[in-house]
Amino acid sequence: MPEQFDDSIAPRGPDAREVFCYTGRPPDLGATVRSSRHPSDHPVADFLLILITAIAVGSLYALIALGYTMVYGILKFINFAHSDIFVLGAWTSLTASVCVITWMKLDTQNPPLWLAPVVLLSAMVVCGGVAYIVERLAYKPLRKSPRLNVLITAIGVSLLLQNVGQLPGFTVASKDGRTLATVPFGPSPARMPSLLPDVALTTIPFVHTEPGDVPPTVNLIDVFIFVSAMVLMFALQYLVYHTKLGAAMRAVSFNTETAALMGVPVDRVMSFTFVTGAVLAAAAGFLYSLKYPGLNQPAHEIWVLLGLKAFVAAVVGGIGNVRGAVLGGFLIALIEFMGMFLFSKYLDPLLGTNMGTNLRDVYVFSVLIIVLLVKPSGLLGSPVREKV
Amino acid sequence: MSALTDLIPARRPPLLTSLTHGVALPVVYAIAIATLAQFAIGPALGEYWASVGVQVGIAVMLAVSLNIVNGFTGQFSIGHAGFFAIGAYVGAGISYYSALLIWGDPATLPHGAPLMWEGSPSGLFGAGDWIMVAGALLGGCVSAVFGYIVGLPSLRLRGDYLAIVTLGFGEIVRVLLQQTRPQVFEAQELRELAGADLFIPPLGGATGFSGIPKYATLWWVWFFVFFVVLFAYRVKLSSTGRALLSIREDEIASRAMGVNITKYKVRAFVLAAGLAGIAGALYAHSGNVLQPRDAGFQRSFECIIYVVLGGLGSISGAALAAVALSIMTEALRGPEPILENWPILVGLAIAGTIAAGVLRAIKNRGWRITFVLAMTPLSFLALGLASKLFNEVTGVNLAAYRMVVYALLLIVVMLARPNGLFGLTEIWEYFGPIRGPKPGSGNDDSRLAAEPPAPAPPAETQPSTPPTPPAPPTLPPGDAAP
Repeated sequence: MPEQFDDSIAPRGPDAREVFCYTGRPPDLGATVRSSRHPSDHPVADFLLILITAIAVGSLYALIALGYTMVYGILKFINFAHSDIFVLGAWTSLTASVCVITWMKLDTQNPPLWLAPVVLLSAMVVCGGVAYIVERLAYKPLRKSPRLNVLITAIGVSLLLQNVGQLPGFTVASKDGRTLATVPFGPSPARMPSLLPDVALTTIPFVHTEPGDVPPTVNLIDVFIFVSAMVLMFALQYLVYHTKLGAAMRAVSFNTETAALMGVPVDRVMSFTFVTGAVLAAAAGFLYSLKYPGLNQPAHEIWVLLGLKAFVAAVVGGIGNVRGAVLGGFLIALIEFMGMFLFSKYLDPLLGTNMGTNLRDVYVFSVLIIVLLVKPSGLLGSPVREKV
Repeated sequence: MSALTDLIPARRPPLLTSLTHGVALPVVYAIAIATLAQFAIGPALGEYWASVGVQVGIAVMLAVSLNIVNGFTGQFSIGHAGFFAIGAYVGAGISYYSALLIWGDPATLPHGAPLMWEGSPSGLFGAGDWIMVAGALLGGCVSAVFGYIVGLPSLRLRGDYLAIVTLGFGEIVRVLLQQTRPQVFEAQELRELAGADLFIPPLGGATGFSGIPKYATLWWVWFFVFFVVLFAYRVKLSSTGRALLSIREDEIASRAMGVNITKYKVRAFVLAAGLAGIAGALYAHSGNVLQPRDAGFQRSFECIIYVVLGGLGSISGAALAAVALSIMTEALRGPEPILENWPILVGLAIAGTIAAGVLRAIKNRGWRITFVLAMTPLSFLALGLASKLFNEVTGVNLAAYRMVVYALLLIVVMLARPNGLFGLTEIWEYFGPIRGPKPGSGNDDSRLAAEPPAPAPPAETQPSTPPTPPAPPTLPPGDAAP
């Protein structure tokens, strides 16, 4: 989870003090993190800091939420296993970057710039393939079954993917003992090599800094994440609204039988939707591993919660609605970080506790419950009338 | 007159009546079963398998309680571990802190003879036993209150959303439990805690709640298991159960027939949560350290797979699946205990096969299910052997990957047999007669075959000619000849 773990490989102990890290950069990279509030801070600075992190994390949520939304719109069920594709994307990027660095004998401190797109592409291919296989084997036979059965199967697939990722990794060695490839899956955390230079772009204005502090900045990585996510979302928008395949997808989401009657290859459209969603999730995983290189083990609850929050984003925005997913992603990230900040600043001193940052999941789920009770179709969704 | 009296059922034997009416006889049965488990089966099993028996009992309670929501009502709740953890923490807190306040040291609390763990026995039951029971009942009540809170939004939430909300509830419980204060080990310190401090209770936080004395013996666990299963069975047969089953079948149709959907859905959640809370409190007293991750998704998923595998809606199916999967966990963990006891397993399988053969000879009902049940000890054996082979070939211990096995099992069950192993039928329905009217009771359709069919009423627009009654069927002349 973004702010909650540091980059060291050692997993965090249960009593580690959570630190609300403004910069998004982990503490051990030399930045002195201020864990107390300076009274002379400008409120605009607070808001800017929160906004920057929320935009980066919100792009990730939006990319994952798009997968949920597309699958729900076309196949009419919630694919619980989608967040595990996201985890798979992150770990596949790790595997790919480790393998390529080993093959090409690249410098791990200064990798070439072409490495990042190659890793992203390989992660997309692997995740798309896995999603295709899962859809063919587990979901396609259940297309005519009651939704409850598909839901249970989706949970099964989700757990399968999580726990298969826990199986210990292996190393492929060549005949003379050189390691050819390492697949570093397994039950322990791993560290992603940094693929982008860690460059600070601008300094955030109005922030009070002590002498000797590193001022909080906007990093290249954050901007890269946001820009890549935007590019992918615009590509999806183009696909769905301006191509024939997109028209086919929209037709199938309206009414599957009529679309089949009109000559739309419904099977292929459904598989394609699945694969597209998985590709977006893989991209989100890659971007996540760029920003938070210390990857926890695949069945760690951090990933489950990330995926759940992305699902909440999809629901809040209006499930089935592509623009809603994007809106929901950014909104949920904003709510999460604003909630953490406001609770830490105002309610924690009142209650004498230190739990503002730990309750981040509670804020998101409360928003989910409120939205589901007040407007179940989501912000941008249209109410579905249930036909008897 | 004789036809009327045939409609009145004969007097049922007390055994069957007590399953649906009364409290006294069930208490007797529960005491009998619990005593059998504790004093006959327990020592035969040995210490290790007796503790497995306790966990099996808790799993059965969890499965049967989840069955009320998932099976009877058709809702999809995947946050069941949240209720379990609430009951566990409440029970543990009451037990531990009251012992601390009143007696000073929870470990030296007197508890009774239905006891296989160490301790200071005092007669048949001791103070410790009653504190645990009080903790269990109170834990169940607190869980039921949370079940009410979770059940209330269920009116607006359809299947997928309810699943997510209940999952979120489980996670919220886990996160909130992680924020609790550290456990208090000194009585003086406990007395000094002021009222406002207790807003965030001292339940151990992320490090867990430890030091709970082990009062949950086979006796207590299986005593409660009997009541939980009986309760679920009575719910199924009652009008509440009928309403729940109708909601499962077709919610809109049952609402059209006047069933108050919200009331019954909330009731299902309350009942399920209460029973899970009792299970949790007993789990807390079975020697485990309580941790917030007990409210997490992994335990919820185990409950789900018990219910789905056993059959959504079948109490005995869920219970059997819980027993089988709990034992399977042990089989996967270290195959030695299973493989060492292979004579017992093979003996059970042979006895079961003989029983199936006898049933087939007697009445041809229920022998298939007996045979399938007889094969399960052999399947445990096979699983133990496979696990051992796997361990020797690859060096990987299968027990760590039991979640992979569970996940695969779930997917295979959903693809091959979506209703689970039993569906809505209980296991005893396989052994009884196929229900139908008694032959002489006049309650069957024989009346309809004797009279000629009634003449159809004339249509309004046609000219009114009286319809001729059809001639009674006569044999064709050819058949009369010898």
